[in-house]
Formats: sequence, C-alpha cells, structure tokens
Amino acid sequence: MDDSAKPNPSGANPSGANRWRRFADWDERPLRLDRFAVEDAENGFAAFTSPNDPKPGLEIKNGRVTSLDGKAEADFDMIDLFIARHHIDPEIAPKAMAMPSAALARMLVDFNIPRTELTRLAHGLTPAKLAEVVAQLNAMEIAFAYSKMRARKTPGNQGHVTNAKDDPLQLAADAATAVAFGFDEIETTQRVARNAWSNAVACAVGGAVGRWGTLFQCSSEEAEELQIGMAGFSSYAETVSVYGTERAFIDGDDTPWSKAFLAAAYASRGIKMRCTSGAGSELLMGFHESKSLLYLEARCLCLQRAMGVQGTQNGGIDGAPVTATVPGGVRELMAENLLAVWLDLECASGNDARHSESEIRVGAKILPVLIAGSDFICSGFGTIKAYDNSFNPSSFNGEEMEDFLVLQRDFEADGGLTSVDETRVLDVRGRGIDAIAAVFEELNLGKPTAAMKASVQVASGSEETESYTPREVTLISDAIKARGITVVDVILALEKRGFGEEAENLLNVVKLRVSGDYLQTSAVVRDGKVLSAVNDPNDYTGPGTGYRLGEKRREEINHIRDLLDRESVLRDQNRHAKGEARRIVYRDAGPAELGNDPTEVVVGLSPAFGLKLFQTTAGHSLAAVLKELSAGIQAKGGKPRIVRFRHTADTSFLGLSAAGIAGSGVGIGIQAKGTAVIHQRGRLPHNNLELFSNAPITQLAHYRRLGENAATYAKGEIPEPVVVPTKGQAMGARFHAQTALIYAIETSLTEEGAKPENVEIKLLEGAA
Amino acid sequence: MKLAVADYPLSEKRADLIRTRTGKALSEITVAALKSGAATMDDLRITRDSLLLQAEIAEAAGRPRLGANFRRAADMVDVPQDFLLQAYELLRPGRAKNKAQLLDTARVFRETYKAERVAAFLEEAAEVYERRGLFQFRY
Repeated sequence: MDDSAKPNPSGANPSGANRWRRFADWDERPLRLDRFAVEDAENGFAAFTSPNDPKPGLEIKNGRVTSLDGKAEADFDMIDLFIARHHIDPEIAPKAMAMPSAALARMLVDFNIPRTELTRLAHGLTPAKLAEVVAQLNAMEIAFAYSKMRARKTPGNQGHVTNAKDDPLQLAADAATAVAFGFDEIETTQRVARNAWSNAVACAVGGAVGRWGTLFQCSSEEAEELQIGMAGFSSYAETVSVYGTERAFIDGDDTPWSKAFLAAAYASRGIKMRCTSGAGSELLMGFHESKSLLYLEARCLCLQRAMGVQGTQNGGIDGAPVTATVPGGVRELMAENLLAVWLDLECASGNDARHSESEIRVGAKILPVLIAGSDFICSGFGTIKAYDNSFNPSSFNGEEMEDFLVLQRDFEADGGLTSVDETRVLDVRGRGIDAIAAVFEELNLGKPTAAMKASVQVASGSEETESYTPREVTLISDAIKARGITVVDVILALEKRGFGEEAENLLNVVKLRVSGDYLQTSAVVRDGKVLSAVNDPNDYTGPGTGYRLGEKRREEINHIRDLLDRESVLRDQNRHAKGEARRIVYRDAGPAELGNDPTEVVVGLSPAFGLKLFQTTAGHSLAAVLKELSAGIQAKGGKPRIVRFRHTADTSFLGLSAAGIAGSGVGIGIQAKGTAVIHQRGRLPHNNLELFSNAPITQLAHYRRLGENAATYAKGEIPEPVVVPTKGQAMGARFHAQTALIYAIETSLTEEGAKPENVEIKLLEGAA
Repeated sequence: MKLAVADYPLSEKRADLIRTRTGKALSEITVAALKSGAATMDDLRITRDSLLLQAEIAEAAGRPRLGANFRRAADMVDVPQDFLLQAYELLRPGRAKNKAQLLDTARVFRETYKAERVAAFLEEAAEVYERRGLFQFRY
C-alpha cells in the first residue's frame, strides 16, 4: 500500500506533505528497484532451512546405501540413486555421519585441521548433513572456511566476452583486452544461435594476443558446443547444468546419467568441463519440493562429485537474483560455494548475474569472496559493457572494472586482475582486430574495411562501432561450420599473415588437450604452465600460510591508473607558475610589526603561498584569491596588509598570528590550497570567528565575502557568516591525498622562530 | 607402477609418457609441423592413454570419482562423435521408449568399442530409468 494514500488524522501538515520526505528520497535510490520476498518455506523461499528438509541420516547394508537422509532405498528418486551409488563412500560414511554437525562446523573453521581431512570426510556425508553443518556458520565463518577449503592456492577470475551485434572484430578486440587484464578464462555466447562459430573463432584468435593460456568457452547448444570444442576453438565448457529435484532435472531435459555421460564425453575430447548449479534454479523452474535452497544445492553438489566432474560454477548463477530476495539469501550463496570446495570441487564462485541494482549490495557481496580468494572469483565478470553482455549484466561489468581493481588494492587481495595502461590496451585491441581480419581474408570469410577496424579499436561498446551486422555474422558463421574449418586452418592463416606469435599461442592452448593436464581440478594456465589443485594445492594452515601476495604481484595490484605523488603535485603546480607570474608580483617589504591602524586587517599567507604553490584546490589562481580578499576588506572600510608567516603552515595559527599583529586585532589566515580562517587576537587557536575548511568548493565570491566579514568584525560588528554550501561530496576521497602532499610542501618550508614579513603585492592585468 | 602427484603435470614432469594419437612427442607439435603437414588435427586430440594416466593422478590426489570419469572418458576416445551424441540424446528423459533401446546401445559400446565402463554405466541408467518412469513420451 502506498503510504501517501493514508488519511492524515490530524489534518494536513501545513507544508502540504503528509509523509516524511526521506521516504521519497529512498524511493529514488537504485536499491528500491530491487524487490524482497517474505520468508516462506512452503513456497520455496527459505535460504538455509525448511521444515520440509530431511534430517541427516544414512544406512548402509553390505556396502549398499539402503537409506539416505531419512528416505528408504525403495523411495529413492534418480538423484538419490545417483548420490547413493556414486557419491557415498561406504568406507568413510559411518564415521563421518557419526560426527556431530557442530563438531564438523568447528573443524571447517579450525586451521589446525588440514583441508584434506575435511575433503575426505565429505566423501561420506549426505546432502542433508552437509547442509546442516554449513548452516551453523555465520557469514564471517563461511568466508573464512571458504578461504581455507578452496582447492587451488592461487586465485583467478573469469570474464564474459560478448557483444550485442555478435561482431567478430569487437569480440577479438575485447578478448585480447580481457587477456591483458589477466582473466584466466573467457566465455562467450551469442545473440543469434547460428553465430556461435563466428564468435568462437573471433574469441579464440583475440584470446591468443599477448600471452598464451587463457582458456575459452563458447556457450551454445550442447551438441554444437561440443562440435566447436572438437574443431579446436574452445577449451572448456561449463553450461552442464544440474538440479536438486527430479522434476526440475527432467524439465531441464537431462538426468544425472545423461549429464555424467556428457561430462565423460567432454573429457574424451580433451576439453575441460565444470557443471553449473546454484540456489534458486529449482525455485524458478517451479519444482522445489518446499525444500530450502541450501539443501537442494547440497544435492546438486553431491551429484557433481558423484559424476566425477572436476568442478562447479555455483553461488546462485542465474538464480542469484531470486535468492537475494530471501532473508539470508546472500549468506546462502556463500554457503553453497563453501559446500562446493568442501566436496573438493573447483569453484567458479558466482558473482555473475547481477543480484541487485544497488552498487552497495554488489560491493558487499563480492568482498568476502575477494578476500577469501577463489578459483574464479566471478564465474563471469562482464569484461564488456553491461548492454553488450549477452548472458546478463554481471555483478561487475566493463563499467565497474576499475572499481574491482581498486578493491583488490584496498584489501591487498588478489582478484586475478591487473591494471593495463592505455597504450597497451590500444595495442592489443589493434592486434586482435588485425589478426581476426587477416584470418577472415585468408580463409575467404570476409574483408573488413579500415573504417570498421578503426571504429572497433577505440569503441567502449558496440553502440559506438561501424562494423559487422548480426546478419553478416551469420553468413560468416555458417561458412565456418559448413566448410569444416578447424583451429589448424586458423593457426596456419595467422602464421601466413605474419601473426606468428598468435599462431603459436593458439596452438599451445589446443596442445593442452594432448596430455590432459588441464582436466584436473581447478586447472588454469599461468606463465605457460598448468596450475591446478594437484600441483598448487591450497595449503592454508593459519597466518603466514596459503596464498600470500608476493612483492611483484602486490606491485601489480597497487599500480592503478593516475596515482598521485609529491612530484606530480609539484609538476601540476609548476604548470601554473608561468601564468601566475603574469598576474601578480610579490615583493618582500621587511619585518612585519604590530600595526596601529584600527581598520587594519592582516592577511597571513602560508610559507609556500605564491612561491611554490600557485592554485587553490578549487583551481583558483592565488592572485585572484588575494585580489578578492583585499577588495572585500576595502569594501567594508578596512585596510588590508599582506604578511607572510614561515613559523607555521597551520591555518588556525596563521590566522591567530595575523590577528596578533593587525591594528584591528582581526586577521585572516590562508594556505595556498585555499583553506582560510578569520581570527581575532586573544581567542584560543581553534576557536576562530569563521573557518573556510572546504577549499575545493570555495569560490572567489566566497573569498570576497570573507574579506568583507573580516573588516566587519574589525569594526566590532557581527556579520552574517559565510556558508560555503556543500552537496555532501566525499571531499576526503577526492582531495585528501593531494591536500596532504600540498600541505607537506608548505610544512617543509616552515622554520622555527621565523619572523613575519610584510609582502607588497602588485596585481597585474592578468589577475582575474 | 602407478603415477603419483609428483608426476604432475605430465607434460612437464613425464613428457616421455605423452604421445599424440599418431605417436608424436609434444615437442614435435609445432606451427611448422602443421604447415608441412607432418602434424594434423589428429595430433591435437587427447588419447586413451593420457586419460588413464590422468585418472591415476586424480586417484593419487584423493579424487576417485574424477578418476572414474577419466576412465569412462578413456573408453570414449575412439567412439565416433555421431554415435556419442546419439547415445547422449538417448539418455535424455523420454528419448528412449523402453529399457531395451538403452541396453542395445550399451551393447554397442561394449562389443564394438570395447567401452566396458560406459556400457555398464548405460545399463545402470536403463535400470534407473525403468524404475523412475523415464521412458515416458515428452515431446
């Protein structure tokens, strides 16, 4: 019900409003676009527990599971059957199931218990037991346990590379860009199903620019995806979905046996594969059996281990948004990631489909996973702009890439990405475009024009490109498929056209399948070597162990764009030095003594004012500021005297010192960055008359009124204080680094006991 | 002797064990070899032997189910793509009209392709599908 429609019993508020207007403000926040659901286990809206969840239990007779989580063998559905036969290890189960859930929960967060002991026990735990254990952990404990239990030590990330036109030039450019930013896997899909082959070739070629080893997936219809893999273009698959109820599974048009068969089929073609599951899918498909989200996902994960897949993509995925509408839903997403790694599966930990319009909710959700580390922090970071994402907008998209890079730096946490400078990005984009264009020409698939290529190289998204249309792409894609073009044809085309490095890189990725090393759990390629849970196992056993940032990696993470340092601040100020010389001349005029003119207001300058620093943080020339201050003082009948102080750079002390020698007893203190104060002789240092602390938003008109007010105080009157209006900007975030560096330049010029000196200024024509 | 975790990655530690389908070493697979025709797409496919070796590694690393998957995959390496996809299709709900159809397919895996593990897996599916009524018409 709309509150504004309620009658107001006490009559209308005289202002005409009958509602606290803050609610109207809140209505405008992006958060209010999100909807939230009442907890309702009967209808499937329960995160951790439902009255309909079974109690954990297991009976084994002669090595055969005869009862699972309270259900007798005769009543097993196909999921129970698969779990009973292929997941439960009858050797381990009796001991594991006998352990109290609270004890297992404590073991998960106890770093003295090795990960491998827990993964072994998981071979004997039922879905209800696994769910009951992790439900005992709070969000902090889940994140910590995840950090301890995840399979591969070194964290990584995966990104989406798609666009709204299925434009192959942009795919190649964006794939090359994603590789440069450090993604271990890139994943594409298409707007038009028939364009899959073109997308695959474009991403495979673009992904070969710069370095080798980025794995690539072309998400499409299952048989077609396998064929694209067979042709050598893609190197992994992850769209093999499983579900936690029998009816949802059947509507998904598969069974555990068909999916397990597919898993083996991928391995038999040398292609890395993981399954997809996650809370909310059964809810969205209408067959949730009134069970909790966590319990259903525990079934999915036991099933995946039973099928023998190396890993999972879970943590909501497409169900994340609906899961996040439920109380505790986001904690549940973390808990199901934990279940995956406890079951020793590689985990591409969601943070994929955007669960909220609120940037705060998105940032809060990524943080625990980022600091815990994950095989793939996102199972699809949108490397492209949100509108170009053919899956769905991700938690993080191209727009928010730098936010993620800064989060890594803030927490010194490795999210798998590295900043790339502007020149390098243009280089790799150009190289990717030229490479795919050469392949198209060589294989008679197309001849992109220079204008098409140029538009794509600099485009942030497909709305800005003049390139292939989806129909033209369909013709290319059909030709690739019909002619049976394979990765060998593409490698040879690259080599022939002078892209030897890319040819080599692409071949190296395809060669991975000969040994199958990258089929093992949590495998990625780093620096030309396969890194997996086998040779890079997470060995966390407390502080100082497990994954730590090395010095080199720490520097990479720290090196974001546009960093400030003392030199850059001085360089910036020096750019203004010449201009300032055309506006003002400062001349020393001897020691400053106590004045005797009762209208005199002293303006106390800081040590570097006009000497090393020439602009306020709002960008005003110091000449203009002095001109306004003096004019203001004179306008109210005061007489300005300019004095430089070198014993202090602090605004309060500058102001008080100025007041101390002013004939009127009123003085102004001003720093080069623009911070100013009106002070009066005899007051305590920090008990001033007026303070202008927000220099970045202080305008010249404010300095004029400051001068006027100082002269008014000098007459013994009380003026209306000057209020510099703020819109609530985070001044500290915007200016404090720069301010601190500028202030250090001021303090470096201070000298203990230095006497004040009069300064004569001459304003030249240029002074604004 | 079974492989141990220390033998992994095989391409680095035990390159001596890795051969392509036509018997070439990994180091012989180069762009130049592709260009001259000395190596072909056939040399870029995984082999039955590699999968069995990876199964040993998985088992040594405490992942018996992953090992079992690699062993099923090893059985599938030489099964033609069309037949593989046909079998997958038959395993989807409602595709097979009765148990016999799945059992026939299992027999082909066993007799034609010597894929014992895959055959046993299909037989298990046939039994479960019958029990759960999965031979029902769906579309």
